[in-house]
Amino acid sequence: MNLRRVKAIAKKEIIQVWRDPRSLMVVLLMPLMQMALLGYGVNLDIKHVPICVFDREGSQQSESLMKAFQASAYFNIVETERDYDSLKRAIDAGRCKMAVVIPPDFSQHLATRNSAEVQTILDATDDNTANIARGYAEAVVQTFSGNIEAQRLQSLGEPLPNPPAIAQYRVWFNEDLESRDFIIPGVVAIVLALVGAQLTSLTISREWERGTMEVLVSTPVTRSELMVGKIAPYVLIGMLDAAFCLAIAVFWFAAPFRGSVFTLFVTTLLFLIVVLGVGYFISASIRSQIGASQVALLVTMLPTTLLSGFAFPIDQMPRPVQWVTYLVHSRYYMTILKAIFLKGSGLGDLVAPIAALTIYAIVIGILATRAFRKTLG
Amino acid sequence: MTSPAPASEIRIAADKLTKRFGDFIAVNAVSFEARAGEIIGFLGPNGAGKSTTIRILTGLLRPSGGKAIVAGFDVARSPERVREHIGYMSQKFSLYSDLSVMENLRFFGGVYGVKGARLEKRLKFAVGMAGLTDRTDALVADLSGGWKQRLALGCAVMHEPAILFLDEPTSGVDPASRRRFWDLIYSLAGEGVSVVITTHYMDEAEYCNRIALINAGKLVALGSPSELKRSAIHGEILLVEGDNPGAMLEALEGAPAVRDVAPFGSSLHIVVDDAARDRPAIEALLKQRELQWSRIEPIKPTLEDVFVQLVGGDRAKGAAAP
Repeated sequence: MNLRRVKAIAKKEIIQVWRDPRSLMVVLLMPLMQMALLGYGVNLDIKHVPICVFDREGSQQSESLMKAFQASAYFNIVETERDYDSLKRAIDAGRCKMAVVIPPDFSQHLATRNSAEVQTILDATDDNTANIARGYAEAVVQTFSGNIEAQRLQSLGEPLPNPPAIAQYRVWFNEDLESRDFIIPGVVAIVLALVGAQLTSLTISREWERGTMEVLVSTPVTRSELMVGKIAPYVLIGMLDAAFCLAIAVFWFAAPFRGSVFTLFVTTLLFLIVVLGVGYFISASIRSQIGASQVALLVTMLPTTLLSGFAFPIDQMPRPVQWVTYLVHSRYYMTILKAIFLKGSGLGDLVAPIAALTIYAIVIGILATRAFRKTLG
Repeated sequence: MTSPAPASEIRIAADKLTKRFGDFIAVNAVSFEARAGEIIGFLGPNGAGKSTTIRILTGLLRPSGGKAIVAGFDVARSPERVREHIGYMSQKFSLYSDLSVMENLRFFGGVYGVKGARLEKRLKFAVGMAGLTDRTDALVADLSGGWKQRLALGCAVMHEPAILFLDEPTSGVDPASRRRFWDLIYSLAGEGVSVVITTHYMDEAEYCNRIALINAGKLVALGSPSELKRSAIHGEILLVEGDNPGAMLEALEGAPAVRDVAPFGSSLHIVVDDAARDRPAIEALLKQRELQWSRIEPIKPTLEDVFVQLVGGDRAKGAAAP
């Protein structure tokens, strides 16, 4: 490898990016936009579920149960119904995800039988939201009945019973159970994977299309010199983008950062080399710019969003799909970033994903070098 | 400069070079040699296989058969060694338009591994040669055709190659710039550089030391312009100009004394054994058919005549088109 030749190529590449407003846009604006879109758009928390209530009794007891629902952060009473028909319409139209119906004999049963039923109707088109809403509804009703029981015992002058077993929770790493804290580092990984592949996906195909490659391949430049010279400038640019995105994650989205900047730097550098290598590989394999850019988007977008563990836990996936995720580079960086951000993990804790990324980098480097042919047609 | 080589040094030796694309034979057993300081012109119609031959010699295409030794190395086996000794200008303009004159030169200097004081010297030489000394910071996109072409040549010789391959370097360039370009080629050849140039301009071919006439992938003839004319044209040429060259052509074809006749623009070239002797017979024939001519006189054969003789009239038209 002749460093002079590598340097000549890298320098030329930097000048070209700098002078091309379109590629500058990709470099600087795309990561910002994606951070904003994904950072604000993706939210796995279920709060303020819109519900309607149909109080068929209108007693003091039923009122206070409704207040308990209203007071919960998980529900928003958006409508009060007078009959089943309007309740049905509210759910059909999607205005409410859940309906609470209090029967006409609610307080009477509470007083006489010490037990009464409340009906909840759930819109389970989104089963995940429905399931979670049901859990929250049970919790609200349970608290409500606990209070009534306590009042009853108090009025009888009896002591409150101790429940036989209580689970004590201690939540680690994401103490507030905020999905945002878990999502934002993942968003950084997705943005870097997408932008990185885009950055290098055009670098070879552009030269074929413009005709400059024909002379470049007639020079003594070797395939590996070309690859290193072409990727190196984008590593710098990519690190700049990474710093941008990580700063946005920490300072704007207030994601907790507990690890060391050094660990972050080393792992991000490694990941960038991998994604830029993937982009280069695509560029070297496909000689049209449009084609290369499309393929780069396709092969990074779907796997990084669906199979990297960003939103869907990998260990919940069917076995064969889990095997496929081993091929998704962002899966490793996703693990690394979440660990650095939330657990404060150091390089020593991250040996496995770092090793996986290193192997990935080597393999993609070999493939990318081979994919480029110094011959025409 | 290139290591002072004896004038007889063989820089390129192509032996039965063949390139097939599927069933199509683009280059068919082409053999030739080029020596130091020699300018070899590849002349032929579009699609004849000129560019394909150059691309094989520069290592851009693998030959399907035959062998080529360029600068002492087998092109198919060690293309990288060959590339250190060659400069190449492709048919399509291939500099970086978004880079300045100096940035392009420095880039090619870099990829050819030229460094230090030699690099500075070569940069000075190249901008001087291109006539761009005052415009080193201009973007290449803003240069006109002639400048771009000379700059591309400058980039191709940054590393003082022993061999220069120029694939239709003068297409789309004005005549004055073409002349200037040829002056540069002559001065490079004078310093010992072997130049292989493809063209379909007949007048340019006259500037070459030797011409390789290519048609349908085959090397039809190889020699200096005067050699080719001597060997290909048996007889003399009469030029006839008139109002109706089509009818004249019909009348003269197959006539006694006429060995061959071919249209050249609005006139005809007639090959005869002896121009002075056969002229009256031809005039009589035209009169008899009531065809008017404005001019009839003997001329010196051109390469176009050679081409017509060797390849045939229909093919030659494509080659003669500017």
